[in-house]
Amino acid sequence: MPIDPSYAGRTYPPTEPYEVGIEKIREFADAIGDPNPAYRDREAAKALGHPDVIAPPTFAFVLTFRASRALVDDPELGIDYSRVVHGEQRFEHTRPIRAGDALTVTVTLETVRSAGGHDMLTSRSDVVTVEGEHVAAVRSTLVVRGEG
Amino acid sequence: MAPSPDEVEVGTTVPGQTFTIRRADLVRYAGASGDFNVIHWNERVAKSVGLPDVIAHGMYTMALAARVVTDWAGDPGRVVDYGVRFTRPVPVPDDDRGAEVEVTGVVGAVLDGDRVRVDLTATHAGQKVLGRAQAVVQL
Repeated sequence: MPIDPSYAGRTYPPTEPYEVGIEKIREFADAIGDPNPAYRDREAAKALGHPDVIAPPTFAFVLTFRASRALVDDPELGIDYSRVVHGEQRFEHTRPIRAGDALTVTVTLETVRSAGGHDMLTSRSDVVTVEGEHVAAVRSTLVVRGEG
Repeated sequence: MAPSPDEVEVGTTVPGQTFTIRRADLVRYAGASGDFNVIHWNERVAKSVGLPDVIAHGMYTMALAARVVTDWAGDPGRVVDYGVRFTRPVPVPDDDRGAEVEVTGVVGAVLDGDRVRVDLTATHAGQKVLGRAQAVVQL
């Protein structure tokens, strides 16, 4: 059953704030094998003009992947997660994520389209501080492979 | 040090890098990112769904490729926009050699406001694994 395109535009409630810690940024930088001091050392980050250690450009995925469960588990969409593959990903940053941020994520299903028996769902996750400052817009396209 | 806008033009080469992905890297990335999809660590399950082997997280390959841009930019906070398509999986064998991903970059466009677009090419075993991989850097 193709996913109904009329579901495009639905927005899920903002997530509880995610508190970004310096150790989580260091752990993520270790996991991607990047020794950049801007991800680890406060003084190095400040020398570049940042108020605290910053996170790598793809770090927001940690938050948006969690937040996207609202969409993936939405019973009305009825997505079979075992058929989902990641098609595209994009991060547009208003500013870098940094240690000390408390961030909420609001997921919106932007487009639903079907092609070649597959459904393509593009979501936009807005990452915003609890003070209301926009930090990043993260777009993700999931491909739900058709059966057979 | 970030490159000066005066010395960057369309066609400027961004130094490439080669990354080796081993099973242990995928386990570490799963833990750090929270993406525990079994196809990234369990060969039995990966093969049962038609994959040749355990495959790397697309997001892990995307993060590695970003390194070429962040190292060039000097300050990783200058990478203001970064997007890719996942066109082909990277199978990661259960051995000590792992899988190699080669990433090269070139300035594809000079934009307003001292911004440039870097076009990345990421290949594994001679085939592209990312499509339309582009990063915008604020110089």
